Amino acid sequence: MTGQAYAGRPNQLLRNLHSKIASIPMILTAVVIFLGGTLWTVFYSFTNSKLLPRLSFVGLDQYERLWAAPRWLVSIENLAIYGFFSLIFSLVIGFVLAALMDQKIRFENAFRTIFLYPFALSFIVTGLVWQWVLNPEFGVQSVVRSLGWTSFTFDPLYNQSIVIYGILIAALWQGTGLVMCLMLAGLRGIDEDIWKASRVDGIPMWKTYLFIIIPMMRAVFITTLVIIASGIVRVYDLVVAQTSGGPGIASEVPAKYVYDYMFQAQNLGQGFAASTMMLITVAIIIVPWAYLEFGGRKRG
Amino acid sequence: MDDTVSLKARAAHGASRLAPGPQGKKPRPMFSPRNIMIYGALIFAAAYYLLPLYVMMVTSLKGMPEIRLGNIFSPPLEITFEPWVKAWSSACTGLNCDGLSRGFWNSVRITIPSTIVSIAIASVNGYALANWRFKGADLFFTILIVGAFIPYQVMIYPIVIVLREMGLYGSLTGLIIVHTIFGMPILTLLFRNYFSSLPEELFKAARIDGAGFWTIYFKIMLPMSLPIFVVAMILQITGIWNDFLFGVVFTRPEYYPMTVQLNNIVNSVQGVKEYNVNMAATILTGAVPLIVYFVSGRLFVRGIAAGAVKG
Amino acid sequence: MKLRLLAAALAATVVLPFGAASAADLEVTHWWTSGGEAAAVAELAKAFDATGNKWIDGAIAGSGGTARPIMISRITGGDPMGATQFNHGRQAEELVEAGLMRDLTDVATRENWKEIVKPSSLLDSCTIEGKIYCAPVNIHSWQWLWLSNAAFKQAGVEVPKNWDEFVAAAPALEKAGIIPLAVGGQPWQSAGAFDVLMVAIAGKDVFNKVFGEKDAEVAAGPDIAKVFKAADDARKMSKGSNVQDWNQATNLVITGKAGGQIMGDWAQGEFQVAGQKAGTDYTCLPGLGVNEIISTGGDAFYFPLLKDEEKSKAQEVLASTLLDPKTQVAFNLKKGSLPVRGDVDLATANDCMKKGLEILAKGNVIQGTDQLLSADSQKQKEDLFSEFFASTMTPEDAQKRFTDIIASAD
Repeated sequence: MTGQAYAGRPNQLLRNLHSKIASIPMILTAVVIFLGGTLWTVFYSFTNSKLLPRLSFVGLDQYERLWAAPRWLVSIENLAIYGFFSLIFSLVIGFVLAALMDQKIRFENAFRTIFLYPFALSFIVTGLVWQWVLNPEFGVQSVVRSLGWTSFTFDPLYNQSIVIYGILIAALWQGTGLVMCLMLAGLRGIDEDIWKASRVDGIPMWKTYLFIIIPMMRAVFITTLVIIASGIVRVYDLVVAQTSGGPGIASEVPAKYVYDYMFQAQNLGQGFAASTMMLITVAIIIVPWAYLEFGGRKRG
Repeated sequence: MDDTVSLKARAAHGASRLAPGPQGKKPRPMFSPRNIMIYGALIFAAAYYLLPLYVMMVTSLKGMPEIRLGNIFSPPLEITFEPWVKAWSSACTGLNCDGLSRGFWNSVRITIPSTIVSIAIASVNGYALANWRFKGADLFFTILIVGAFIPYQVMIYPIVIVLREMGLYGSLTGLIIVHTIFGMPILTLLFRNYFSSLPEELFKAARIDGAGFWTIYFKIMLPMSLPIFVVAMILQITGIWNDFLFGVVFTRPEYYPMTVQLNNIVNSVQGVKEYNVNMAATILTGAVPLIVYFVSGRLFVRGIAAGAVKG
Repeated sequence: MKLRLLAAALAATVVLPFGAASAADLEVTHWWTSGGEAAAVAELAKAFDATGNKWIDGAIAGSGGTARPIMISRITGGDPMGATQFNHGRQAEELVEAGLMRDLTDVATRENWKEIVKPSSLLDSCTIEGKIYCAPVNIHSWQWLWLSNAAFKQAGVEVPKNWDEFVAAAPALEKAGIIPLAVGGQPWQSAGAFDVLMVAIAGKDVFNKVFGEKDAEVAAGPDIAKVFKAADDARKMSKGSNVQDWNQATNLVITGKAGGQIMGDWAQGEFQVAGQKAGTDYTCLPGLGVNEIISTGGDAFYFPLLKDEEKSKAQEVLASTLLDPKTQVAFNLKKGSLPVRGDVDLATANDCMKKGLEILAKGNVIQGTDQLLSADSQKQKEDLFSEFFASTMTPEDAQKRFTDIIASAD
């Protein structure tokens, strides 16, 4: 394949020189910013840096404190719940909508625009609107009550035990349109002969989707997964805009812990320890997979 | 194998669809139970997606007394555009009472160069990764993809230091660089996928004719990649226009983007929260990416199909 | 590629307007964006503009938590503003130690700040290794209970005179559909309310032992247990106040939807903007009517070290303007805070402010927690109390965690 077609030539450094030069921005970003920044962060997580980074090492103190902090534990738990449901629902809703859109329907453009437009809005806007819709005094709850069901209660943003689902509702609203688009694009890439064949064999439609079509859409699922998962790990703005982590600390997330401790508490060491934990978790899950997926010799 | 198939299909269908959907060509009667189910589900979903927009619109057209009384879903009894005017030109933060208008041009000034620079760099990266892979390139790419998972907040401090050392902290150039860095992972992934889905024969033929790295990029690859450029453009315009954190941390006030004013308007409560002004400000801030979506939504799916489908 | 040219051109446009601007423009960042606060800042700007310089307002909304990271990034990133607000205390300590802030000792000696700034602890907080690094602008005290007279009238009970009466009146308020105590959701509000309860219920000495000396034994003791009991009452009384911002909570009191609010004297600015009168429309109880002691935290302006000489001069002018008697009066009347100098005439002050001035004159003061604790310990405290106020955590558990925080505090 193209990459390897020119791999056999001598003169290691000069080979493919233009490509290397063109890749300098990427290499710099990868090495200096992502790798360098990460190492720098890990390094300073072993210090007791306060407002400014300084080299006074305290061993694992920051980590001990981190894992003893109730707020950090709540954050982790929230991220797990949010991540799990967000991943499942984004994929399921996105795929189902895409499958529906792919049924030769009328007004496809209108529907697609409707599903996709929330993605154009920032998390600040999303959070604000849903805060408003879910506000018990003005929003859904008060409307249902005014219709006569006076005991109706729907106040996810003010109820500690379900607040994270209130955030999930807004996140899905914002993000599933893009997933739908990706899936739709994938479905459009499937050869029609496959459908014909499956119909001839009398395989039910859902089985065709589940066992034939979805496995063929592997690449789409991978791109989608990268986009959804990276969004989950980084979730911050939405929480700030909707609840600021409240009520109490019920909707805190790790990225917010990092930010708050780095800048509000002026305890860089603690913030860095929290980021290191996040980075390690990401690395354990992502690196082997990413290297297999993107680093292997195969090309699709 | 599906490369060539879909390419053929794309060539055949050209415009809106890559390949026909699963249902053959026979149009069905409009009110079959199956259609009722499909449209029912779609309309139900559409309602969920449209509800917040509807709430935003009607709220922004109401006066404050009406908001206090009514429910958020009822249409305005008396339409007023005052909240819009206020949000755009006179809402206050501290002493500055010029609403969102102050940030609009800054957002334009930030978004345009950042979008161009980040796409230019990511497309070349993707091209190099797809067609001119060198030893170690995969490693860098893997780091880049993992980088997509790093929360932005974590990177603020190291980047402040890097920009300070480069003497770019607080400048527009610095902000453009930051946007380029954080747009790079996803964009590079999309471009790489797209370029590797293009027929290899083209590339080989050009090589035999003696064309080099840049010639092939500009003469062959670029003209074929409109769809993926549209996708990249949409993603970047949306992302950069909506950014708050970088805009406020890496620049100084004269360059603050519109989202900073939005945050200021929404968060600086003077007396009661003026929900109507907040909603108008929200819609105004979202207007540019929304328009981009409405205009180029069709190209978006097509481009995604090209960029994401092939691994 | 044209990109490099483009970047260069952009960089050029970036540099130009900055250099060309009048040298005496001074950008001032702060997070004063509520109605009363904005009116007060306008007074500072007016006074500074009158000196021939220009105040460029850099307000960042969303309380100190949003604004401080931005300010600190600007200063450490090497593109500092002309002056910036911080809470009086230890928030800027390290910036000073890193040599990023400007030494104001010259201005301070020339204008004799040591004599005029009262209480002197304010200037002490600005002083690091004998040098003065900030200009205090006001004294804010936390220890106030604001009550809505209308709400109590509606509930058919007398306006309480102290915390215990207030707790006793809570059921009547609830019956009338009024939230007894408004507490906003931002973490600093619940943490602050607890500190206030501590001074009122356990007294000055306990407060100083716990926060000043970080005495974990006292923190675990019976005095603090009583405070947690009171906090438990406050928690029950605050059920249903679904607001975030402090001034929205104040607004609940102004509109009679809530009976009262424990909030610093800055709440007064909101009552004033709403056209309410102390005594007739609302009642204020310093020290919750139990222990009339107020803390003397506040806001101060810090001045980053600048290279531009003209601007450095403007910084000096601003510093002295901030402490000017006239500015002090105008600013503090609007802000609802007390002036930092004892020699100004506040004849126009309202009843609540006069109460505050009296207590100040008697010397019944303590230092604010921002002065006593590091931002880190403050944040841990905020996490604890925002959780406590929103959950069903028992007071005993909360006290245990509180003790841990105090034991490791710095």
